[in-house]
Amino acid sequence: MSVNEPKQPALLEVRGLTKTFTATPALSEVDFTLYPGEVHALLGENGAGKSTLIKLITGIYKRDAGTIHLNGKAIEPHNPRHAQELGISAVYQEINLIPTLSVAENLFVGRQPRFLGMVSMQLTNQKARTLLKAFNIDIDVTRDLSAYSIAIQQIVAIVRGVDLSAKILILDEPTSSLDRHEVETLFSVIRSLKERGIGILLITHFLDQVYEISDRITVLRNGRKVGEHLTKELSRAKLISEMLGREFTETLGKRNSQNDTESGEHTTFLDIKGFAKRGVIEPFDLEIKKGEIVGLAGLLGSGRTELGHLVFGINRSEQGEAFVEGKKIRLNSPRKAIRYGFGLCPEDRKVEGLVADLTVRENIILALQAKMGWYRHIPYKRQEQFANEMIEALHIATPDAEKPVGQLSGGNQQKVILARWLVSNPDFLILDEPTRGIDVGAHAEIINIIKRLAKEGKAMMVISSELAEIVDYSDRVVVLRDRKKLTELTGDEISEDAIMQAIAEK
Amino acid sequence: MVEMEKQVLAPVNEHKVPNFRWSNIFRGDNRALWTLLALIIILIVDRMVSPTFFTIRMVNGRLTGSLINTLDGAAPIILLSIGMTLVIATKGVDLSVGAVMAICAAVAAVLINRHEAGSDNILYYPGFVILIAILAGALCGLWNGILVALFDIQPIIATLILMVAGRGIAQMITEGQSPTFTDETLAYIGQGTIFGMPFPVYVAGIALVVVFLLVRRTALGLLIESVGINSKASHYTGVNAASIKLFVYIISGICAAIAGLVVAGENTYADPHTAGQWSELDAIVAVVIGGTLLSGGRFNLLLSAVGALIIQSLRIGLYISDLHPNANLVVKAIVILLVLLLQSKEFKQTIGRLFKPILKLKAIFK
Repeated sequence: MSVNEPKQPALLEVRGLTKTFTATPALSEVDFTLYPGEVHALLGENGAGKSTLIKLITGIYKRDAGTIHLNGKAIEPHNPRHAQELGISAVYQEINLIPTLSVAENLFVGRQPRFLGMVSMQLTNQKARTLLKAFNIDIDVTRDLSAYSIAIQQIVAIVRGVDLSAKILILDEPTSSLDRHEVETLFSVIRSLKERGIGILLITHFLDQVYEISDRITVLRNGRKVGEHLTKELSRAKLISEMLGREFTETLGKRNSQNDTESGEHTTFLDIKGFAKRGVIEPFDLEIKKGEIVGLAGLLGSGRTELGHLVFGINRSEQGEAFVEGKKIRLNSPRKAIRYGFGLCPEDRKVEGLVADLTVRENIILALQAKMGWYRHIPYKRQEQFANEMIEALHIATPDAEKPVGQLSGGNQQKVILARWLVSNPDFLILDEPTRGIDVGAHAEIINIIKRLAKEGKAMMVISSELAEIVDYSDRVVVLRDRKKLTELTGDEISEDAIMQAIAEK
Repeated sequence: MVEMEKQVLAPVNEHKVPNFRWSNIFRGDNRALWTLLALIIILIVDRMVSPTFFTIRMVNGRLTGSLINTLDGAAPIILLSIGMTLVIATKGVDLSVGAVMAICAAVAAVLINRHEAGSDNILYYPGFVILIAILAGALCGLWNGILVALFDIQPIIATLILMVAGRGIAQMITEGQSPTFTDETLAYIGQGTIFGMPFPVYVAGIALVVVFLLVRRTALGLLIESVGINSKASHYTGVNAASIKLFVYIISGICAAIAGLVVAGENTYADPHTAGQWSELDAIVAVVIGGTLLSGGRFNLLLSAVGALIIQSLRIGLYISDLHPNANLVVKAIVILLVLLLQSKEFKQTIGRLFKPILKLKAIFK
């Protein structure tokens, strides 16, 4: 494709872009170049700096250093509206349109064509039809936007964005809630935008789609640019190792076998056969033994968290069966799961885990109290005892048990949630990113706790982006990609290499 | 598992076991202090307006005086605010309580009329009539609870339905009339006295203590707060958020029923149009003055009751003052605004900043 000739003048040139939030740099000296008529994928794991980069380009954040040139001219976007006027438009995962207005109104809201000074619905509808036809989308533009699928809504948002600016389009996770067919429709729109010479910056977690649609890839990690490649020249393996920051040849992490239980006998705790939910995760089997740590590996968006939610009953599986110690059970709510001895430390601590205004003590006893029922109140002294034991055992840094948990640091909040489950003494714990966003000391402590719990005979399922970590403590590793369980690695097969290989395999 | 739960519930030997701490009642940036202060200030202003405000006399075995009237008149608001506090703590609101008062008053009046007409049916005996009226309130609460907890309808809309429909239901029950009754038991609820003190004051006091013990001696209070603060996290932790919500709306319905009985007893008639009119708003304001945030979470029943007392002492104060009646509502609104500002941390900080330059000037001229 000729569009990838570097000789062509760049549409957008970002040089040395730097942004620091409270001492930690979110982005340091990042370069990024977008040529007309190309799809440039911006990849990286959580916290790599992708959204910071976009927010700097669209003027949501102010940069600390660096330059942004559009068509060779230095620009200084103040806010998204200004960026749009300059020619940079962004469409986010959550669509910023008005569902109760018609498609046509959404396309032209704020700038409806007028006839004799009055807003003309007829003209609006006409123009909307022509606009969408150009992308081979033939729908009734007079119907409410909400009557259409997410894909169409997304396309309307894109078409509106392009019609407003028509130079650069930023797509942030556009396909995450679309099914395969809808992705096709969206891609055909993207291709016709390419033909018009629009530069497209794409953020997505789906690697297959990156290879399908993008011309160029820039990889960020920890706020730095680690590589820029033509898509056709970059192997999946190389891409993944860049994203995760590990060389494939590395022979790190010889699995230590100390977390085998002493009892020797592993009996199966949970056996799941063919759980699945359309658009969430494809059918999978999963077996977890007592005293065993099963690691879930995969890139962000690979379905790790979704699998955990299905097992914990947050999302109901549409098919398949689950057995706890050989007995068939129904997992249709967290309450049920908890009754069978499950526990879940969720990925999003703030939203799904903590009850921020409650004290450390109250947060710690909450799961146990909920399990015991409202009328069997845990005596206050006992609550205090539990809280203080846990504060000591997990080294939770808090002046006392009566501090609102929202005021603790991330690592300590994580420990409080762990403590919540430890107090309720579960047989099976699901930990989703237990070490994310916490400092090094707490990190090591939490890993030790995980190993200790397995030693005590609890079944453990740990979801983590940290491959070294997973290799360190897992007895078995389940590898996922694009919402599908790919394979399982056991015993000596487990290594960072093998996991990355499995993710990369076509 | 059962073994473990037994262990958990077993008393801890080292000390006696207090289930709650007095210090917890007034926790959170001295809100309690400011609320009590507001009540005291309003009472003092009342005393300035009417020199006899604090005078209490015994007339025919009944205590009389403005202070007693305040307590008596506050009883229905206190009753409503008890249920309202729990509902608001779960991030909800119950707009239907005024209408539920009217329904339950209508039920009681219509049934007792049959008793007075000479029916021997045991269900029309005063005791049963009271029970049935309370049951009707519980049913109304259940209805609200089902809409909110099971069908996930926004509380303000869900309870608005019964707020609107409730008065219609009450009219249907009374067949468009405002039935009067003479039954002494029912009248006693609104008019009786014990040791000279009006009976409604006891009713409100007992309800307050009972619900307080119910939520603070069990884990209900914690679970209610947990659902109000973070419903999702509570759900993931195994809290049965739906049941908790059902529960609080039922309690609110029962409280409204009792308030309806008090008002009906006082009037010895049930007017489907005016019984409990606007009182849902009084109850909400009382709860907010009492420091429970409309965004849910931490709640304090005792302070809600203080909030109800503030509203009533304000109302009585305005009533006995020489102020033109037309100005009453505006004055009431301004005073409530002042009370809320008094409690607002942000407001106090802003005031503090405004005064800083003046303080600096003072320092310079020293």
